[in-house]
Amino acid sequence: MTVQTIARADVRGADAAPAARPGSGRRGRWLALASRHRVALTLAFLVVFPWIAPYQALAANILVLGLYALGFNLLFGYTGLLSFGHAAFLGGGAYGCGIAIVQYGWHPVPALIAGTVLATGIAAVMGALAIRTRGIYFAMTTLALSMCVYYAFYQAEAFTGGENGLRGINVARLDLLSLSLDLLDPTVKYYCVLAVVGLAVWLFSRLLSSPFGAALEAIRENENRAIACGYDVQRMKLVAFILSGALCGLAGALQAIHLSIVPIETLHYATSGQAVMMALLGGMGTFFGPFVGAATFLLLQDGLTSLTSHWQLFVGAIFIAFVLFLPLGIWGEVLARLRRARL
Amino acid sequence: MTRAFDRRGLLQGGAAASALALAAPAVLRSAVAQAGPIRIGFPVPLTGAFGAEANDQVRAAQLAIKEFNEGGGFDGRMAELLVRDDKLNPGEAATRTLELIEKDRVAFLVGGLSAAVTLSINNVSRERGVIYNSITQSDAINEAKDFGRTTFHEALNPHMTAGAVGRHVFAKSGKRVAFLSADYAYGHEMMRGFKRAGEAFGSQVVADIRHPIGASDYSAFLPRIAALKPDVLCLCNFGRDQVVSIQQATEFGLKRTTKLVAPVLLFTSRKAGGEAFDGVVGGTSYYWRLEDTVPSAKALNDRFRAAYAGAVPSDYGALGYAGVRSVLEAVKAAKSIETDKVVAAMEGLKVDFYKGPQSFRTCDHQSIQSVLIVESKSKNMKTPDDVFTILGTEGPDERFLRGCDELGHKA
Amino acid sequence: MSEIMLGGFPLDLLLLQLLTGVALGAIYVLVGIGLSLIFGLMNVVNFAHGAFFMAGAYVGVFLYGYTGSFWLSLVAAPLAMGGLGFAVERVLVRPLYGRGIDDPLLLTFGLSYVMIEGVRIAFGLTGLPFGAPPELRGGIDIGVGYFPLYRLFLIAFSLAVVGALWLFVERTSFGLVIRAGARDPQIVQVLGIRIARVWLAIFGLGCGLAGLAGILAAPLQGVTPEMGVPVLAEAFVVTVVGGMGSLAGAVLAGLIVGIVVAMTSLVAPDMTKMAIFALMALVLLVRPRGLLGRQGALG
Repeated sequence: MTVQTIARADVRGADAAPAARPGSGRRGRWLALASRHRVALTLAFLVVFPWIAPYQALAANILVLGLYALGFNLLFGYTGLLSFGHAAFLGGGAYGCGIAIVQYGWHPVPALIAGTVLATGIAAVMGALAIRTRGIYFAMTTLALSMCVYYAFYQAEAFTGGENGLRGINVARLDLLSLSLDLLDPTVKYYCVLAVVGLAVWLFSRLLSSPFGAALEAIRENENRAIACGYDVQRMKLVAFILSGALCGLAGALQAIHLSIVPIETLHYATSGQAVMMALLGGMGTFFGPFVGAATFLLLQDGLTSLTSHWQLFVGAIFIAFVLFLPLGIWGEVLARLRRARL
Repeated sequence: MTRAFDRRGLLQGGAAASALALAAPAVLRSAVAQAGPIRIGFPVPLTGAFGAEANDQVRAAQLAIKEFNEGGGFDGRMAELLVRDDKLNPGEAATRTLELIEKDRVAFLVGGLSAAVTLSINNVSRERGVIYNSITQSDAINEAKDFGRTTFHEALNPHMTAGAVGRHVFAKSGKRVAFLSADYAYGHEMMRGFKRAGEAFGSQVVADIRHPIGASDYSAFLPRIAALKPDVLCLCNFGRDQVVSIQQATEFGLKRTTKLVAPVLLFTSRKAGGEAFDGVVGGTSYYWRLEDTVPSAKALNDRFRAAYAGAVPSDYGALGYAGVRSVLEAVKAAKSIETDKVVAAMEGLKVDFYKGPQSFRTCDHQSIQSVLIVESKSKNMKTPDDVFTILGTEGPDERFLRGCDELGHKA
Repeated sequence: MSEIMLGGFPLDLLLLQLLTGVALGAIYVLVGIGLSLIFGLMNVVNFAHGAFFMAGAYVGVFLYGYTGSFWLSLVAAPLAMGGLGFAVERVLVRPLYGRGIDDPLLLTFGLSYVMIEGVRIAFGLTGLPFGAPPELRGGIDIGVGYFPLYRLFLIAFSLAVVGALWLFVERTSFGLVIRAGARDPQIVQVLGIRIARVWLAIFGLGCGLAGLAGILAAPLQGVTPEMGVPVLAEAFVVTVVGGMGSLAGAVLAGLIVGIVVAMTSLVAPDMTKMAIFALMALVLLVRPRGLLGRQGALG
């Protein structure tokens, strides 16, 4: 996975900027500053995003799918494991949260947690089974297992609504502490989703900066060497898989509340493919990349759909172009160019 | 300059901005514009397997809009159709509905094809108090769980269609019936309707086989059915599933011993299946040859032909027309576009737009209308679109619907 | 019909069902061989395999509309798809070698979108009706029941194709190069054989087989732009169960999958789709290299 080595440096932020490097003066200092505060900058951009995006519901979708891609990226971009089963986590989180609200009348915050826990559980089981395999077999195993999850949820019609989907996840007001927020207001809903996504992004950043995060990248770069260094690679892969599942599950839970339904398609492998697409478009192995990828993917679809009913042709062609010419993804390319300029 | 200051500053700034946004007076939700065009949102699956139906629905709906506008509109205000592609995906449909309600401020919604999508659109619209007239088959949308004051169902539901076909078929053929159903809500609903109709005739179920939706091969199911030699084989599926299962049932020689019946016979499915469909009997909400006996059907067909170079509306296409027209007629009757008044007006509508008398039942807003029983043919066709013979019509009758209490509605 | 029962079902029905499974398996075998060869010998996961299946069906049906000859379509579809496969490998896939295993996978993923939409633009959204050619229509009583003639033809034809492939791989010099290339591509290059040409041929062959499977399947179900989507998943199952790169494995696995589907439809019809994914998961967990795959082949 040599493509990832170039993007690696972005991740380590402050620790990667050696004092003696001859940067181009001011620009170099701004860039260093930016990469140290990447979380804050990301969030600042996202705060003003609803006013840039075509409509708030789409902006919220971008946040949710961005988090989904982020979770996927933890496993693919940072650990080097390509999984085709991430739909099981997105869907598990969505159904967990949805069922808690619809069947048991839970408050949205514990429901979000319930969804995340369910997704984490599914990830733990899938991971335990899949980690034994490597490479393309790993991808195929995750695909097969996630399709089993799909059929299981499909059959459990009493809980999930089967093919009709789970409806009725209607959270009109969010009562938290002393606030009562009107979630039917698109702007309010967006900022609530942003709050949760922001927290998740911050946690993710902490994770990457930790020794565990560095070890994951070591595994991606050269698994045998990591083993030789004494890391329990299998256990770490499993932990990464579970954490990835948790992030995707949280994204799913948020999506359930945002759309007020969970379609059965959420669990289908086409949704897993979406995560791969978004990560590739944005830039795998970069921090901000997944959100860029999600935004690109959704905005592209939205824009193309209004132009032509054959938008899939263009999406496919653009995707091919990316694989051939922009393997680092949009954000990856931007970073690579900035880095070259810095030198 | 210190790191700590910058970060804190940024975070504080961000928090302040967010708090300001949250504390600001809530944007009026779905505040229907009091002036300007009357916007009707129309989410349909322009891309995907049912693109042909969806495009037909758009054309028919635009015809209804044109009629309304040419008639002077309402209070000087013209109607406008906002078409969106929901890609036959419920998640996408929910997003599109949010866009139509929040950004485009539509007064009404019509559309949806596939039960999952229509239920999704309905869920979003009823939460926000926007009238939604569904134009696709679904039993679930009548049930109390999914119902809302603003939910209306212009299309037939599987129970009505399958029941009508069942009553017709069992009167003429033997009583031993085998079911081959797609294993999802819609398939189960068709089966239930057909079974219930058969009970009155003393029908006997000899096989109840469920196949996964989207199966491309039915060869695994057909030998077993053929061995039982049922009088009737009821294919409770839709679209491509139906095309393939009928093609393969013919291939396995089932027509030699059994009458093939499909509770819902889609016009485009018949066109896709060709002569394999010959002799298959089914139900539909509309077929253009109805113009031979029903004047309003001729009126619609003629207008459609004039507007679209001689084409005739398909079954689902005509629903696009009816769905939009119902809403606009209600606006005129209520002399207002306020939701409550239009709901009351729609509940009181008694009309004949294109197929005979129609009205909405009050408890679940289901449109009570006729069901056409048709048989497929590929010979003696007057035009390439003349693919069915109308065997009969079951008139609109509330008795053929499931009871209000069965659906969970309180009296 | 005899009245012997086995597990609650008449024996005749079970045998008929078995034969149905074999006929189903014939299609699975052909798509599985194609995918397995491409992966086993080139390390490329062809996510567009289902799209080639579909496009081959369309080419065949389209030609049939003009010539009225099914036999011509049977020849033209694989040739057309093989040619397209050559072009795709040369232009799109070759630049990606050496970049990591995921890139060709991702590229072919995007390619499938393009191909499906391209067919929609060219032939419309709803698909084309297609049935068996007149000489293969109808069915015959084979003792245990009435069985469609076309499916018998399908079994026989696939057998012939598999036989021809086996001869090609085992008895020709190019087949020898293929087998050697699978074992050790570097030695083959050292010996002066251009491995790039071999890979071009393999990709074309694999896509051609997918196209052949498509036109063979067309009389069973008609053609629609989406017909290749479930086929891809099924091809993966066959490839995994049989072992990547193994011709014999793909044949065995294809038959097994076909029979599993047929038998599950008899006892638990709503579980049929889940059954094949469960089978795939089982094989991956218990014997990842598949039934006849090479040891250590990315296991």
